[in-house]
Amino acid sequence: MKLKKGISVIDQGDRLGFWGGKFGGNFVPETLKKPIEDLEIQFNKLKNDKNFIKERDRYFKNWIGTPTRFIKLNNLTKYVGGAQIWSKVVSDANGGAHKIYNATVHCLMAKRSGKKVIIGDTGAGYAGKMLSMAAKKFGLKCKIFMGAKDIKRQQPNVKAMKENGADVIPVYSGSQTLVDAVSECMRYWVANCDTTAMCVGSTVGPAIFVRICGWSTSQISRELKVQLINEFGDVPKKLKLYNCVGGGSSSFGFWNEFMDYDKKQVEFIGVEAGGPTKSKRHAAPLTYGSKIGILHGAAQYVNQNRDGQIEETESISAGLDYPGISPLHCFLKDTKRARYTAASDEEALKAYQIVTKYENLRPSLEPSHAFSVAIKEAKRFSKDTIVIINSCGDAYKDRGILEKKLGKKYVKSN
Amino acid sequence: MLNPISLAFKKAKKEKRPALLTYTVAGDSSKKQSLNILKAISNYADILEVGIPHNTPVADGGQIQTSAYRAIKNGIKMNDIFKIVSDFNKSKNSKPVIFMGYYNMIFQYGESNFLNKCKKSGVNGLIVVDLPWPENKIFSKKCKKNSINFIQLLSPTTSNKRLKNITKDSHDMIYYISMLSTTGGKLKVSPKKILANYDKIKKISPKKNCVIGFGITEKNVSNFKNTDGLVVGSQICKEITRSLNNRQNPVINVSRMVSKLRDKIS
Repeated sequence: MKLKKGISVIDQGDRLGFWGGKFGGNFVPETLKKPIEDLEIQFNKLKNDKNFIKERDRYFKNWIGTPTRFIKLNNLTKYVGGAQIWSKVVSDANGGAHKIYNATVHCLMAKRSGKKVIIGDTGAGYAGKMLSMAAKKFGLKCKIFMGAKDIKRQQPNVKAMKENGADVIPVYSGSQTLVDAVSECMRYWVANCDTTAMCVGSTVGPAIFVRICGWSTSQISRELKVQLINEFGDVPKKLKLYNCVGGGSSSFGFWNEFMDYDKKQVEFIGVEAGGPTKSKRHAAPLTYGSKIGILHGAAQYVNQNRDGQIEETESISAGLDYPGISPLHCFLKDTKRARYTAASDEEALKAYQIVTKYENLRPSLEPSHAFSVAIKEAKRFSKDTIVIINSCGDAYKDRGILEKKLGKKYVKSN
Repeated sequence: MLNPISLAFKKAKKEKRPALLTYTVAGDSSKKQSLNILKAISNYADILEVGIPHNTPVADGGQIQTSAYRAIKNGIKMNDIFKIVSDFNKSKNSKPVIFMGYYNMIFQYGESNFLNKCKKSGVNGLIVVDLPWPENKIFSKKCKKNSINFIQLLSPTTSNKRLKNITKDSHDMIYYISMLSTTGGKLKVSPKKILANYDKIKKISPKKNCVIGFGITEKNVSNFKNTDGLVVGSQICKEITRSLNNRQNPVINVSRMVSKLRDKIS
C-alpha cells in the first residue's frame, strides 16, 4: 500500500472508492446509489470549478472568518521545557470548531442541486450546530440526528442548534451516541433522498462524504502553511502536528497540505480517545488494533466483536466517541504516513487543566486529548522542533462535564 | 433441476397467486422461539427470509431494529443462526430459506466460510442489504458457484441503465424495493405506481422472479396479487413485539397473521 505524491489523498481512492484497495468504498443500500452518484458527479465538477472555489473562499473568509490564529504558547513551552509549542486555534472559526467548513460546503452544494432540506448527524454537537448555522445562512431547512446520551451531555450545542431553527431529533437506539446518530441519519436519507441532502459530519461514511469533508477541512492546513512560511520563512525542518482523531475530519484537514513532505520533516500524530483508564472500552480503533469491518458504508478499522456487531465505545469526549475511524486515517496508518496513539479521559482532563492554567486558550475535551500527548512528547524534543496542536474546538460546550469532573470553581475561573 | 427458490415460485404460480415471503429475525426473541416461529409460518409462507441481526442497520426501520436488538441482547451469534436454519430444515414442513443481512457479518465470518456454512445448513439464497451492484459482482459469483441464489435489490432510484446491468447479473430472483423508505415504512406510493415499476422490471427481465417488499402489510397486500412474490417483514416483527408486550405467544399470533396474509393473496 502506497501513498502517491502530487495527488490529493481524497482523490487517491480507486474506481469503487477504496483507498489502498481496502478502506472506504460504498457499502450502501441500493436506494442510496443514485443520490451518491449524483453527489459524486456534482462534487467532481465543483471542486475544479473556479467560480465555486471563489464562492467557497468568500464564505470561508467573510463568514467563517479565515484564517484562524496560529499562536505560540509561550508559557506552556516554558512549563514543558523542550520543543516550541504552538497552536492552530481553529476554534476561532465561526461557531467555535472546524465542523463549519464541511457544513458550509455541503450547504453550498445542496443549494446548487436545488435541495430544500439538509440533514446531518452530530456527536459533540459541533457538526450539528455548524450545519444548523450554515443551513440558516443558506435558507435550507435542517434536521440534526443526535444520540440521546449526547443531547444530555452537550446541552450548549443543542441549544444553539435549536436557536438556529434546526429540528434536533434524539436517537434512542443502541448506545445513544454518535454511531447511532449516523445510522439514524442515513436511514432518514434512505427514505427521503429525493428531496433531502445529507451531510455526514466527519470524514466517514460512503466514499463521497469522506472526500467532501476532507476537501473542506483542508482549509486548516492551507492556512497553516502560509502562516508557517510567514513566521519561519519556510516549513520548519522539524515539525510535528498533533491532532485528536474521532472520525478524523479535523486531523485530516490539519495535515493534508503537508502530506507530500517527508515524515521526518513533518510528522503527523493522531490522538484517539482511550476512554476511562479503568474501562476496557475505548474509541481508539487504530491504537488498539481493531479489525477491519464495515461501518456506515465504509470499510475501516472498527471496534467490533467476533461476529461483526459494532461495539459500544466510551469516552469523556462526545466528539471522539465513535467506534470507527475515517478510511483516510486507516490509509495513512497502513502507509505509515501518520502515527496514532491514544489519551485516556483522565489524561485529557489533566491536559485541559494544564493548558488553561498556562494559556489563554480553552481547548474542548477533544483537542485536550491531543494536548495531552503533545505535552508529554514535547519534553523530549529539541528546542528547534515545532510542535503544533490543532485546538479544533472550544470548551464552552463541555462546561457541564468540566464542572462535574473538576469542580464549579475551576470552570468559572477559566 | 430447479433450485428450491425457483420451485417455490413455480408452485405458487401454478396456484395462480404470488409467492408469500416472510421476514423474521433469527433469535427473536430467543433461539428456540424464532425456530418455532419459522416452523409455524412455513405452513403458509413459500419462502422464509431469515434476518441476521446487526446493530448498525442502515436500512431498517424501527420494527426490525427492535427485533434485531432483542435478538442480539439475548446473545444470538452467527453460529446459532446457522443452527436455527439447519434445525428448521430438518422439520417436516420446511421451506426454502433466504438469509438477509449486512455485509460486515459475512465479512467477519469470511466469505468462503460463510458460504460453506450456508450450504451445509441449507440456506438457499442471500440478500445483502449494503452490498450493491457492482460491488457485489465477485461475491455473487461465489454464491452461484455454491448454488446459493444471490438476490439483487432494485429500488425506485435505480436508473434504467443500472436496472439492465443489475438484472443481467442477477440469479433467479430479484427484489424490488417498493418506495424510498427503510423497512416498515408506511406505503407512501400508490400500488399502481409500484406495479408500473414492477412491470418495467419484468419487461426487461421476464424470466426472473421479482418480489416486492417494504411497506407490504395485510392492508395492502391484495393489491399485488398479480406479481411473482411479496415480502412481509416489519408487520411480523411488530406482531412479535406486540405479543411479547401483551404476554401472549408470538408463535401463535404470527402464525395467524401469516395465514391471513396467505388467504388475502390466494
